Amino acid sequence: MTPDIQRPLPDRNPISAPFWERADQRVLALPWCKKCDQTHFPPSPRCPYCLHDAFEWRPVSGRATLVSWVVFHRAYWDGVAAELPYNVCQVELEEGPRLISNLVGAAKEAPRHGMALKVTFTDRYPDITLPVFDAA
Amino acid sequence: MIDKSISGKYAVVGVGQSAYGKFPEKDDFHLAADAFADALDDCGLEKDKIDGLAVCRLPHYGRMAEILGIQPRWTLQVPPHGRMSGVSIVEALAALDAGYTDYVVLLYANIGRSRRVQYGGEESPGFWDPWGFTSMGAIHAMMFREHMERYGTTTRQLAEVPVAFRRHAVMNPAAVMREAFSIDDHENARMICDPLRLLDYCLINDGAVCLILTSLERARDLKKKPVVVAGVGAQDALVNYSYPQHDFWYEPLTKVADQVYGMAGIGHDDVDSLMVYDNFSPTVLFSLEGLGFCKRGEAGAFVEGGTLGLGGKLPANTDGGHLSNSYMQGWALNVEAVRQVRGECGERQVPGCETVQYVAATPCTRSIIYRAA
Ligand SMILES: [Zn+2]
Repeated sequence: MTPDIQRPLPDRNPISAPFWERADQRVLALPWCKKCDQTHFPPSPRCPYCLHDAFEWRPVSGRATLVSWVVFHRAYWDGVAAELPYNVCQVELEEGPRLISNLVGAAKEAPRHGMALKVTFTDRYPDITLPVFDAA
Repeated sequence: MIDKSISGKYAVVGVGQSAYGKFPEKDDFHLAADAFADALDDCGLEKDKIDGLAVCRLPHYGRMAEILGIQPRWTLQVPPHGRMSGVSIVEALAALDAGYTDYVVLLYANIGRSRRVQYGGEESPGFWDPWGFTSMGAIHAMMFREHMERYGTTTRQLAEVPVAFRRHAVMNPAAVMREAFSIDDHENARMICDPLRLLDYCLINDGAVCLILTSLERARDLKKKPVVVAGVGAQDALVNYSYPQHDFWYEPLTKVADQVYGMAGIGHDDVDSLMVYDNFSPTVLFSLEGLGFCKRGEAGAFVEGGTLGLGGKLPANTDGGHLSNSYMQGWALNVEAVRQVRGECGERQVPGCETVQYVAATPCTRSIIYRAA
């Protein structure tokens, strides 16, 4: 734990809470539409393909490819100032949807467009567990 | 499909602006009123003839109309997004064509500088906040990194954009930033969100802009040479809105290009100057590719050697753009387009300028071609 670092906390509403509850348990999961069996992200009140409103949250493989990344040198929240510079990445999950996340380990040291990644979870923030990505 | 018959039927007759800079003593209504007075003076229109009002980034259309003493029969207020300048002009044309208004005034004001707007963080909460992802600049940085990886584009090539626009701002007495810089200066500027540096970010300043449009027929009675809208193109990209646009707006831009050049009946070579939405310098490269000024992935090479500068192959943002003139979210670029066609730009005038294109590569991509009547 690094108490002086505080990431902005998510809005845990009825639509988004299933994602964060599973992340707390170190599980990355996506919502699948119970009618058309397609997945979407970020979580929405109705399926953007068929407009059905019931979903099954299923764990995903955690395998992804790196699309892009940036490194913040400016803190837009006071709580992340101690982490500067910090990276943010965009990954494409094996199941289709993209995710904005952070790179850790070897992927953080030498990111490359198209590199294979696997999910892991943070334990450095006091109030949240975030899915992040390392080299596969 | 947009009805092509509107090509050449409607004209921008008046353009105006407030001073650009930091004005804590003035509110947004005040700056907009300054721009309105300037535009009225520019065209010589009697104020009472105005019967249409569109406002953007102003707190309220009602108070604005009250301040200006105008009684519209068509009113529009759009959200404070840069993409809404092109959207508003297209909507105003549609309203003119439908007869909902005969003389329409469009007003934009921004007091982001004196109100210390950050354009990120707690001001604009989003799903990706816990990972520390916020701000439009970061979204553009994410797209540009992908462009670098996929096409080999370099930050030195990117630097050609802000370097050219700053050169133009040096020639624009109204511009906020008027000190020239080099590609090396860009490479050494403070990093904000790698791969983007301070000089890739638009300014944050106060100011206001006004445009007045009417039919070409009515325009002939007014003071200045009418500048007509020859073409319009529109395509949104709102599916996957939560993500950086993975194709750099290529698909919407190609659709917009087909529409706008088709309606105007011209090609790329006929464009004397390009006014391209430059909230961050990569947008300019993406726009050039999507519109077809160069091949996909080749904008970096295309802009090398001063292509976008006055005297170059495609002089762009001759007022200095958002990067160096003023952060007027597309509005001032449309004013500059009109002034270039009129031949009013003095030292920064593009010689023999007859046709100017505006484009904003955004989730609501719009392009407008202006031409001498
Ligand atoms: Zn469905």
